[in-house]
Amino acid sequence: MKKTLLNKTVSRRAVLKGGAAVAGVTAVTGFPMVWAQNLKDITLNHTGMSYSTLPDIARQASQDLGFKVEMSVVDHPGLLNRLVQDPSSLDIADLEVWQSKVAVPQGALQGVEIAKIKNWGDLTPLYTEGTFAGKEVSRQGDAPIEFIYREGKDSNGFASGKTDWANFCPGVFNADTLGIRPDLVGREVNSWADLFSPDFKGKTAIQNIPTNGIMDAMMACEAAGLLTYGDKGNPTQEELTATIAKLIELKKGGHFRALWNTFDESVNLMASGEVVIQSMWSPAVTAVQTQGVKCTYQPLKEGYRGWGNGLGLLAHLEGLKLDAAYEYLNWYNSGWVGGFIAKQGYYSSNPKTAMANLSENERGFFYEGKAATADITSPTGEKTNSAGDVRDGGSFEERFAQVAVWNNLMDEAEFLYSKWNEFNAA
Amino acid sequence: MTSAPTAKRSMLPTYLQVAPLTIVLALFFIVPVALVVVVSFFRYQMLVGIVPDFTLKNYIDLLSNPTTWTLYRSTLKFTLIVLAITFVLGFWIAYFLVFHVRSLLIAIGLFLVCTVPFWTSNIIRMISWRPVLGTEGLINSALLKMGVIDQPLQWLLYSDFSVVVAYVHLFTLFMIVPIFNSMARIDKSLLEAAVDAGATRWGVIWNVVLPLSKTGIALGALFVVTLVMGDFFVVTVMSGGLSGSATSGIFNDLQFLNYPRAAASAVILLIVVLLIAASIFRLVDVRKELVR
Repeated sequence: MKKTLLNKTVSRRAVLKGGAAVAGVTAVTGFPMVWAQNLKDITLNHTGMSYSTLPDIARQASQDLGFKVEMSVVDHPGLLNRLVQDPSSLDIADLEVWQSKVAVPQGALQGVEIAKIKNWGDLTPLYTEGTFAGKEVSRQGDAPIEFIYREGKDSNGFASGKTDWANFCPGVFNADTLGIRPDLVGREVNSWADLFSPDFKGKTAIQNIPTNGIMDAMMACEAAGLLTYGDKGNPTQEELTATIAKLIELKKGGHFRALWNTFDESVNLMASGEVVIQSMWSPAVTAVQTQGVKCTYQPLKEGYRGWGNGLGLLAHLEGLKLDAAYEYLNWYNSGWVGGFIAKQGYYSSNPKTAMANLSENERGFFYEGKAATADITSPTGEKTNSAGDVRDGGSFEERFAQVAVWNNLMDEAEFLYSKWNEFNAA
Repeated sequence: MTSAPTAKRSMLPTYLQVAPLTIVLALFFIVPVALVVVVSFFRYQMLVGIVPDFTLKNYIDLLSNPTTWTLYRSTLKFTLIVLAITFVLGFWIAYFLVFHVRSLLIAIGLFLVCTVPFWTSNIIRMISWRPVLGTEGLINSALLKMGVIDQPLQWLLYSDFSVVVAYVHLFTLFMIVPIFNSMARIDKSLLEAAVDAGATRWGVIWNVVLPLSKTGIALGALFVVTLVMGDFFVVTVMSGGLSGSATSGIFNDLQFLNYPRAAASAVILLIVVLLIAASIFRLVDVRKELVR
């Protein structure tokens, strides 16, 4: 038992000693025959939020990889809860970058060995280098580059520079903005300030998820010249108090038609015309469009609110299951997911393979900012755009060059939550 | 000397008979509530959850926070409004079914009609108000077309009004059923006697029907109070997130894994509801009335 077929015991020892970590782990990949035979009995559990944890992905992965991949959908707090309280119940965590700030120090994840991710070099530098299109990306909020690297397999912290170990393998990402009903707004919308504009009194909504809602509110307050912020990615208590006071004032004045909690609520508010401008997620815009209602994901001059997901390996994975997990990470960025997820408006971290998995028309529409040459459909096949339409916000490059701030877990999060409760109760 | 073992033997079946219910109650009621009480004294660590240290911080935080009081005020407001409306509706519907519909078959038929909304889920019944009350909904478009108003009425949806509408729609049946049950047991000859003794129609209702229905009213009120006090979903959905309830405070705490404070809120809510229940039972001795 000291020396199993897969050298498992030995490799773990080596890692624990901290010395020959890399040597120890590479020894695992010794026996392809045994590996292939036992692999089909493996089941990997991928747990994440509803927008990226899609059963279609699990189905395709199981088919392509020969072992079983399952999806479990949770909400944001639910994922943290599972990672902290019951980490053995999942194998792959599809976490948002800011969630790693809880998961990593808690020791829920093990490092991803970058050498084993075959297409790491092709992944977007947005994650791996902190740059995009040759320029440094915004560091306001929790930018992926600040949290992606760690010192070693079991180091449970964040490295300041590039290392050979990652906290997560880059997943899907996007840049969020406001959704509008171009047929009902009645004027041009080009600034976050329009969310608070008296022109839209009683016709706006903001998302009731404090960490995201506060970002939208701060973008709007700053754009409207109501408040200024040192760092919107990490506001002070005074800045939060002032922002929430403004929100409460607007709420009491009847500015918000509603606050939405779930994806479908945002879709219904927009599709029914109850609101004409609101916080929105990209697939919600797609969902409104599939109902035949015009809805635009409006680019704004102050830039976008960016967010990104990463796939983390749970600390308990070892041996064959860990090998399977690496296979899955490699598969995840090999193209199929990229092509699928592009149609709901998101981007894969491997633009190269994602683009290869789209038709020329789709590639032009989703990535290159070109007008569609034929109908564009959602991942499930419903029509979302007609020939001649151009995607809001232009090309992939134009969009991500303008990320102003990232979704984050601010230092004052607890304070924010209690303030947000006040806003809710007001 | 021989009686003791006999007594023991005869007690055993009794204990065995109450055992299943006791075990079920202990496992699924007493233990969970006890855990909630214990957790409510634990410390919360940011986004990690529970740290088992004894602290009163959760209770102090809650009781000293004006937000808690605002939420309770709003919940009590909804409870009282809904209680009043469902009582009036429930009482008259039950009265009609019991005393005005002559044929028992028709009465039972109409009673079943009252349950029709319950053939669909809670969520559907609630959501279906949206196309009725919305800005471009049935009522607004009808009023606009008739020229009664020239701007859609915004207060119809995502307002306290829509919350009350949904509550009344969802919970009136819980008032009708117990009142119907109480009224059905009233001996009709009592009413005749009252009329013979010179009572007016209102006098009969006030002096005979109402006092004899109070068990049903008390039970109905208890249902409505606990349902409204324990709700966060209806109020969130129908107010478009603009109003909160005592329970929505608990929900918000759970969002951030603040289980200790959520548990403390739950304990406070439990105490409030128990106090209301106790005062209802104080007014009406339900147990005595039921065996009547």
